[in-house]
Amino acid sequence: MSDKTVKSLLTVSHLKTHFFTEDGVVKAVDDVSFHINEGEIVGLVGESGCGKTVTSLSIIGLISKPGKVVDGEILYEGQDLLKLSYEQLSDIRGNRISMIFQQPQTSLNPVFTVGEQVAEVLQIHRGMSTKEAWEHAVEMLSQVGIPSPEKRAFAYPHELSGGQAQRVMIAMALIMKPNLLIADEPTTALDVTIQAQILDLMRGLNKKMGTAIILITHDLGVIAGIAGRVAVMYAGKIVEQSTVETLFEDPRHPYTKGLINSIPILGRVKNRLEVIPGVVPNLIDLPQGCAFAPRCEARTANGLEICAEQMPDMTPIADGHEVRCWLYTDQDKPSPKKSL
Amino acid sequence: MHLDTEHIAPGEILVEVKNLVKYFPIRGGVLRRVVDWVKAVDGVSFGIRRGETLGLVGESGCGKTTLGITMLRLLKPNSGQVDFAGVNIYDLNTEQLKMMRRKMQIIFQDPYASLNPRKPIGESIMAGLNIHGIGTRHERVDIMLDMLQKVGLEGYYAHRFPHEFSGGQRQRIGIARALALQPEFVICDEPISALDVSIQSQVLNLLKDLQDEYHLTYLFIAHNLSVVEFISDRVAVMYLGKIVELAAREELFSHPLHYYTQAIMSAIPIADPKANRQRIILEGEVPTPINPPSGCHFHPRCPLATQECMLEEPPFLEVKPDHWVACWHIGLDIPVNSQLEEMPRER
Ligand SMILES: Nc1ncnc2c1ncn2[C@@H]1O[C@H](COP(=O)(O)OP(=O)(O)OP(=O)(O)O)[C@@H](O)[C@H]1O
Ligand code: SF4
Ligand SMILES: [Mg+2]
Repeated sequence: MSDKTVKSLLTVSHLKTHFFTEDGVVKAVDDVSFHINEGEIVGLVGESGCGKTVTSLSIIGLISKPGKVVDGEILYEGQDLLKLSYEQLSDIRGNRISMIFQQPQTSLNPVFTVGEQVAEVLQIHRGMSTKEAWEHAVEMLSQVGIPSPEKRAFAYPHELSGGQAQRVMIAMALIMKPNLLIADEPTTALDVTIQAQILDLMRGLNKKMGTAIILITHDLGVIAGIAGRVAVMYAGKIVEQSTVETLFEDPRHPYTKGLINSIPILGRVKNRLEVIPGVVPNLIDLPQGCAFAPRCEARTANGLEICAEQMPDMTPIADGHEVRCWLYTDQDKPSPKKSL
Repeated sequence: MHLDTEHIAPGEILVEVKNLVKYFPIRGGVLRRVVDWVKAVDGVSFGIRRGETLGLVGESGCGKTTLGITMLRLLKPNSGQVDFAGVNIYDLNTEQLKMMRRKMQIIFQDPYASLNPRKPIGESIMAGLNIHGIGTRHERVDIMLDMLQKVGLEGYYAHRFPHEFSGGQRQRIGIARALALQPEFVICDEPISALDVSIQSQVLNLLKDLQDEYHLTYLFIAHNLSVVEFISDRVAVMYLGKIVELAAREELFSHPLHYYTQAIMSAIPIADPKANRQRIILEGEVPTPINPPSGCHFHPRCPLATQECMLEEPPFLEVKPDHWVACWHIGLDIPVNSQLEEMPRER
């Protein structure tokens, strides 16, 4: 439901990021388009290796050789991030757009205290004095739920548990009050009770500070509990996107349907789970046509020849609901309207 | 001493763990003296019934894997015993132990690490058969090909090496290897957590089918409660080296009695945005099993904790038929306090 008062914050259009390796070209991100509005939480969900991390690294300009953004546009507050200089981008990164990663411990510098690391962000971007920055850092550590922050600020990363280290990462990411946080599997390495704490914290900060969040995960459960809209990725492409309610109630893409039906859900005991046959494809020699075609039972059931020949475009099927699948795409029209 | 299982009817106890304790020493100083102990398994007792799947859930580091491998006598316990068909497996001599290894098998989390990279997978599957001198070479090959087919792999794969397979296929190979010896009891240690999401249900269904076909008894270790609910007949919940609750699946999931069980049930993300449930956010960190908290190990994170919980360990009691709990304050309803809230539905 597009509310006319919401403002789009970031719009990714037809992004292509490829890795030119010895074995061949890895099309890690291949024609990805989505947007996120101010204050919104958008989920990016997909299996390992489908291009979620490469998508987020492309947004913050951290793709390095042999990788390259080969096409597309990333509009953030009206400017194309792909056209900015390194300095301009550095200024936005960590200041207006922040990112947190799966392994919090390894993203922190082991030889500095966590207080110093959080404070440093302010010294760099705001030119604050050491003392002032430290005070702000302690305040931020308290906001992310670090107990006795004035003491814990003196701790080194190895002295923190995984959950606390992730809280520190969130404090560092949010201290500049960015309007966009990209969280890449922020809870995957954590235990379930600690995951619940971190997701709760992110929900709270989104509400309180209005930070928009792109949450990347392979866990449909995490998405269901936190996101407003979701994009499902498969083999470098978004194959379906909609509101979270629609995605779980009325999934349309055969992959999304298969995935939702194949996971056990607490409280809904079944005797057997549904199965997606076959294996996740290698991104180097992707089949021609729809990447899901070799595993797709809907294709065989509907006798769709075209799936193996040509990749379908993203096709709107309802307000705010798009699918990349020949079941919903008119084969006669040369190319349906490309939409965001 | 024999390991005959014929006298054990389905539903009767096949494997019984009695007060099992496994500590790992932490050494320090120049003399490498023992300075501390990791209390990985700290006095655990339960039985597994013939033909059932007992699920074992708990957070990382709570001792699940140590319990599993100690139960197979791959580690020596500090005290306690494990009876297989009524016989304490730690009392077996070499010959008997060899027999036991045929009957008790394990499937690991990381199928890649547990397969020999330089051996064609057919050889790996047959290794156990060779060791036990089962059949002629020809018969062994037949068993191997049969197992491959059972786990959904074509026979010609037998000549290929582990690196040529995907994670899901490797896990099938691990399953074929474990089942080639026709075991009666199989420990599945996180068998799907290293697999792609879209592959997990293939392996879960396969494990169920094989159980039906070969009347297997499983101990299924996992951290994912939804998976455990799907596969198990009964479920045990582990926290810091102890089993805190054990009951039949429906009973445990509809009437969890331990606060920790209630908390993990409410914390697990459910793939349904409409799921409306109580959300208990446990405070504090998962403590380490090095010098675990006194009394009830869970007391520092438990809102119900009293003096008693701090001082004395609660006994593991059968509070209802076939529902076991270790808690001083069971039966108390979840307190209505600031910790509880309806699941936030902000968008
Ligand atoms: N530096 C690199 N060189 C070559 N290929 C790469 C590089 N980085 C990523 N890739 C490839 O790009 C594809 C997408 O990777 P990406 O890390 O984005 O996946 P992901 O969806 O984040 O997976 P995960 O869930 O495992 O984190 C993979 O096939 C990966 O092997
Ligand atoms: S385009 Fe064809 S192969 Fe791809 S998901 Fe749709 S029906 Fe299946
Ligand atoms: Mg990733």
